[in-house]
Amino acid sequence: MNSLVKLDNAGVYKSSKWLVRGVSLELYNRQIVTLIGPNGSGKTTTAKMILKIVNADEGFVTNNTRNMAYVPQKINIDWTLPLRVIDFMNITSHINHSQIIEALTLTGVEKLLYNEVRNLSGGEFQRVLIARAIAKKPDLLVLDEPVQGVDFNGEIALYNLINNISNTLNCGILLISHNIHFVMSSTDHVICLNGHICCSGTPSKVAKDPAYIKLFGEHTASTLSLYEHHHDHSHSSDGSISK
Amino acid sequence: MFDDFFIRALIAGVGVAIVSGPLGCFVIWRRLSYFGDTLSHSALLGVTLAYSFSINISLSVFIVSGIIALLLLNLQKRTQLPGDALLGLLAHSTLAVGLVIIGFLSFIRFDLMGLLFGDILAVTIQDIIIIWLGGFLILGVLYFIWKSLFASTVNYDLAAAEGMRPDVSNVIFTLLLAGVIAISIKMIGVLLITGLLLIPSAMARNLSNNPQQMVAFSIIGGIFSVILGLFSSLEFNTASGPTIIVVALVFFILSLLPLKRKTALQK
Repeated sequence: MNSLVKLDNAGVYKSSKWLVRGVSLELYNRQIVTLIGPNGSGKTTTAKMILKIVNADEGFVTNNTRNMAYVPQKINIDWTLPLRVIDFMNITSHINHSQIIEALTLTGVEKLLYNEVRNLSGGEFQRVLIARAIAKKPDLLVLDEPVQGVDFNGEIALYNLINNISNTLNCGILLISHNIHFVMSSTDHVICLNGHICCSGTPSKVAKDPAYIKLFGEHTASTLSLYEHHHDHSHSSDGSISK
Repeated sequence: MFDDFFIRALIAGVGVAIVSGPLGCFVIWRRLSYFGDTLSHSALLGVTLAYSFSINISLSVFIVSGIIALLLLNLQKRTQLPGDALLGLLAHSTLAVGLVIIGFLSFIRFDLMGLLFGDILAVTIQDIIIIWLGGFLILGVLYFIWKSLFASTVNYDLAAAEGMRPDVSNVIFTLLLAGVIAISIKMIGVLLITGLLLIPSAMARNLSNNPQQMVAFSIIGGIFSVILGLFSSLEFNTASGPTIIVVALVFFILSLLPLKRKTALQK
């Protein structure tokens, strides 16, 4: 199977320093790859290399798909721009009305269709951003801290949605997240970044890696041992255990 | 009272308003009003060059403003100077260079006031053709790059990530802006062109809740400003450019009145 995107020893150099360097990774259909790491560790820069927003100053980036959708970490809509949710849904493609409604329903904001974007709360806007990316039916979905500002229940629901999307859309997902719990329980491949790749692999492998424990501290690392025993069963959405 | 020159000015002015409406919206959305000022100030240099080499004024202005626009885009990426200082530097130096050259061209009589503030008497049939043909071309190109330009106006990264090539549409848009300035310089004058771009669009912002609506109101506002402005200019014997801008300003103030708030609440 061909990878959707492949980074080979890629790095970005800006203002006389390397923002991130030596990143190699591959992303396939139906796979969720997560980038974790402290602030300023190059997570967003790596995502931007994958999306071709910035060019790699060394190494190679190979995209095998042009159909990408992006949920940026931060987006400010200028107040001078009168933009409703329905206009925003269509900014980079033309999506038919029923698909727009469907995507907005998935993220729980279908009632906001004709509201002006600048009047939405932070969490509502994040939901719209995710819905827009999903509605594009991309091959590769890049989510940069997609649930920031979303309420607690919403966060769980949205992470569940992201988990399902890779299967229903048959797409690859690159996720940047600080939610270690979701990362460790639901993603296929974890990359721990701090200017370079500290360690990577399956969640259970990364959780035991000394580099990971050093970066995130004993406390976070130990909460993960909690997750180890989750691997012998899984929960359905109502909380019941399904083997 | 409907002299030929007045009919010509009306036709030319309406053409200018139709083109400046949509571009003005982008100027507001992208916060380019000072950028537009810089381009229009550099237009004076274009006018002097047109006289020096006896070529068409609109063509010469388009070339000079276009070069300045591309220069600005390039310099903004390279220099340490803040954007507004860079714009000020180019705006005033090109205006100054233009005025100095006018001083040297003493063998040609310049209507400086006409250049700075517009002159309806100066509009010829040829100008009308340039305005309408140029206008169609500008709007056609804008229609073509609309999706990309609009996406990058909302968010550059998003547009870049999703294959909209924002850098290309940014450069093209900047050249379109130079084009609008080139076709409207005779009507409105160097100093006030940005006003015609901005004010009807600012008025439209107060009345709209989506981008297409804002563009439509901006065009309508511009057309009415030009028509009423030209009639007043004839009636009160005032310069055409400032009169049109004053009418646009009146429309803007009217758009701020509470009438609109009621509809906003009802929604």
